Amino acid sequence: MSGTVSDLLAVASVNPVPWARSQMAFTLAFHIILVPLGVSWSFMTLIANYRGVRHQDKAALLLAQRWSKYMALTFAVGAVTGTVLSFEFGLLWPRFMGRWGDAFGVPFAFEGIFFFTEAIFVTIYIFGWRRLSPWAHFWTGVPIPVAGVLGAASVVAANAWMNSPSGFTLDSDGNIVDVDPWKVIFNDAMPLQATHMLIAAYVVGGLLIASVYAVGILRGRDDRYHRLGLIIPFTVAAIALPIQMAVGDALARWVYNEQPVKFAAIEMVPKTRSDVPETLLGHLSSNGTVSGGLPIPGLASWLSDPSTGKSTVVKGLDSVPADTRPTTAEVNVVHLAWDVMVGLGTLLFLLAVWYAAALVFRRRMPTGRWFLRAVACSGILAVVTMEAGWVVTEVGRQPWIVYNRMRVEDAATGNSGVWITFVGLFVLYAALGVTTILVLRSMSRRFRRRGGFVDDDVPYGPSGPPAQREPTDDSAKVGSSP
Amino acid sequence: MSTLVAIVLLLALTAYAVLAGADFGAGFWDLIAGGPEQGERPRGLIERSVGPVWEANHVWLIFILVVTWTAFPIAYQSIWLTMFVPLSIAALGIVLRGSGFAFRKAVTQVRFRRLFGGAFAISSVLVPFCMGAVAGGIASGQVPSGGKAGDPVDSWLNATSVVTGLLAIAVAAYLAAVYLVWDARRADDLAMAHYFRRRAQSAAVVAGVLSVIGIVVVHSEAPHVFDGLTSRALPVVVLSVVCGTAALVLLARDAARGARVLAVLAVAGIIVAWGVAQWPYLLPETLSVSHAAAPSGTLTALVVAVVLAVLVVLPGFVLLFVLAQRRLLPDEGVPDVGDASLHDVPG
Repeated sequence: MSGTVSDLLAVASVNPVPWARSQMAFTLAFHIILVPLGVSWSFMTLIANYRGVRHQDKAALLLAQRWSKYMALTFAVGAVTGTVLSFEFGLLWPRFMGRWGDAFGVPFAFEGIFFFTEAIFVTIYIFGWRRLSPWAHFWTGVPIPVAGVLGAASVVAANAWMNSPSGFTLDSDGNIVDVDPWKVIFNDAMPLQATHMLIAAYVVGGLLIASVYAVGILRGRDDRYHRLGLIIPFTVAAIALPIQMAVGDALARWVYNEQPVKFAAIEMVPKTRSDVPETLLGHLSSNGTVSGGLPIPGLASWLSDPSTGKSTVVKGLDSVPADTRPTTAEVNVVHLAWDVMVGLGTLLFLLAVWYAAALVFRRRMPTGRWFLRAVACSGILAVVTMEAGWVVTEVGRQPWIVYNRMRVEDAATGNSGVWITFVGLFVLYAALGVTTILVLRSMSRRFRRRGGFVDDDVPYGPSGPPAQREPTDDSAKVGSSP
Repeated sequence: MSTLVAIVLLLALTAYAVLAGADFGAGFWDLIAGGPEQGERPRGLIERSVGPVWEANHVWLIFILVVTWTAFPIAYQSIWLTMFVPLSIAALGIVLRGSGFAFRKAVTQVRFRRLFGGAFAISSVLVPFCMGAVAGGIASGQVPSGGKAGDPVDSWLNATSVVTGLLAIAVAAYLAAVYLVWDARRADDLAMAHYFRRRAQSAAVVAGVLSVIGIVVVHSEAPHVFDGLTSRALPVVVLSVVCGTAALVLLARDAARGARVLAVLAVAGIIVAWGVAQWPYLLPETLSVSHAAAPSGTLTALVVAVVLAVLVVLPGFVLLFVLAQRRLLPDEGVPDVGDASLHDVPG
């Protein structure tokens, strides 16, 4: 038996590194869409819940209840895709974990606590609608966004450590002999990178949810329920957007100082120089010349350090040997992703300005069709923006998995069967993504079919449920564990 | 310090086995519950029992992975390089299990409920087998130390691994059936209590037989673990056997509550006995716990994390189970109060 399988594996023998990279990138790209929902949706649900209970607002309460049911599904999908990622550390990058696990792993130990807390209270909140008292139920929801924020910050701390490895001592063979957990978690890159991701989570979560209700209103379901469903998340995103621009700007300057090669890829700077233009789009060819695009003279230098303006020197790709910097193709990917992130981020910011201006000058939210259409598109655009930002930080770090310490190809598994797991996961995730959307939509249709505010639909109803429900639903609700 | 972390790891493994193990076992009973009509009642009970707790139970696995790669990175590297195939299958199975279960709750059409339910149930059998096979491979010394890969196939398809994998399925099914008896009784569903009591007894017998076969296999393939089981781990083994037998007696006498506690102890005994028998090795006879351990700074951080977890997570965990047991967390799924489509839903 062993012989046949080994033969099969030998036939399929291919270099695992590109497959491992593709699989990690693909599964992360998928999971990162679920992260904002996990981190920020609970917060918006609690706003609606608070409003519903405090002001006896039935529409808000119904919104909170339904959101929590959708959240149950996205949280479950996020839990399994997150598990796949933690498996992939071992399946795809065993040598990375073997060498750096004692430092890199530390933030995950704390992430575990927060994920545990989140899973517990998500469950209590989702299942607690009918039997807990309104305020007790509300408070069981409060730990969810807190744990979500801290958990996501821990994971980003680990990623930031790969950009800015610190908090360890090596012996002469390069093995870790001492670890300072505090410096590992709060590495140089962590504060800004974690903040950038968390605010992104609020922007993406807010716009994604608001876009669904914008579509609903555009399709003629213009009622209080849909308006609240748009206003609550959109307001959250609109507050987060200007903060995000400031944080992103600070983070870019950190990259300029600490990861100059990544910065050179972002700004497409082949040679170290001053008066570097900010080139919009454009293309770097393998001989090191930039063609096409729209260069804005001196802007990249000026943005890197406004105090020295156009004379700021920006290190080029040539500041390090060719095998320790991203390839030309990777530079083009990073630069394009950067333009997409900044460009779309700016558009989303302008949408938030539109909304704020209407609130300030007209004392009500804009309700024109063009505003609604823009909001309807903003969810997808926000996801694209976030994915682009993630491409910038990950591809820009190449060829390093741990910046200046370990190369990606030295970290990967030697198992030649990675292409099989990649294909398997690709098919599985494609099905998972499609099914998630279809199931969410079918839930929404069913909610809608059931219509408005029938009495029994209201949460926190009388503790004695309607008689017809007794045998089918209420008689057997117990946990499976001791 | 490394001993302390190893104990934490073993306890986490035990918690995963007795909590999440039962969720997998429920999937096994779901799989063999028969057609949509025949299996409607047991599947309904399974769905309501597992629904509120499986995600929290699942987190133990993440915790185990994190502790292993952080505290024992070299061993982690060897294990994952060697066990690429079963762990890949387990990863796919975990995706199918969790999403299948979540989707089944969220749809009403029988056709789709069968599809998602099938994904949930089949992967619930596959994952414990793979996990058990990995454990068996580690115990029988198939994973070399020094961050190298062992044989990609023999490491998990040898006699010890296969028996351990089957044992994992049987034990999971046993635990699940015992819990489901208790849940059915609390719901005053005597027919279901009877249904799962018979299955718990069958699973217990199968698990017992597999354990005996396992001891024989371990004797030839994993002598170090066998020596441990018959010396320093002997009290744990005896405790496990006594509890398992007593649980059977209580089940026969219809004392579901006591049976549940004893069943947990019996299963926990198996895991703890394995850990004690393998001591002081993480990878038997090639890599000891203290040699594999990360620097003290890392271990201290892990211990701090565990203490924090006890302070923060444990109260939440207790709250979840208390609320679930007091039926304050009715499982609603999508078809909630007053939903006309409720009648289309099996269970």
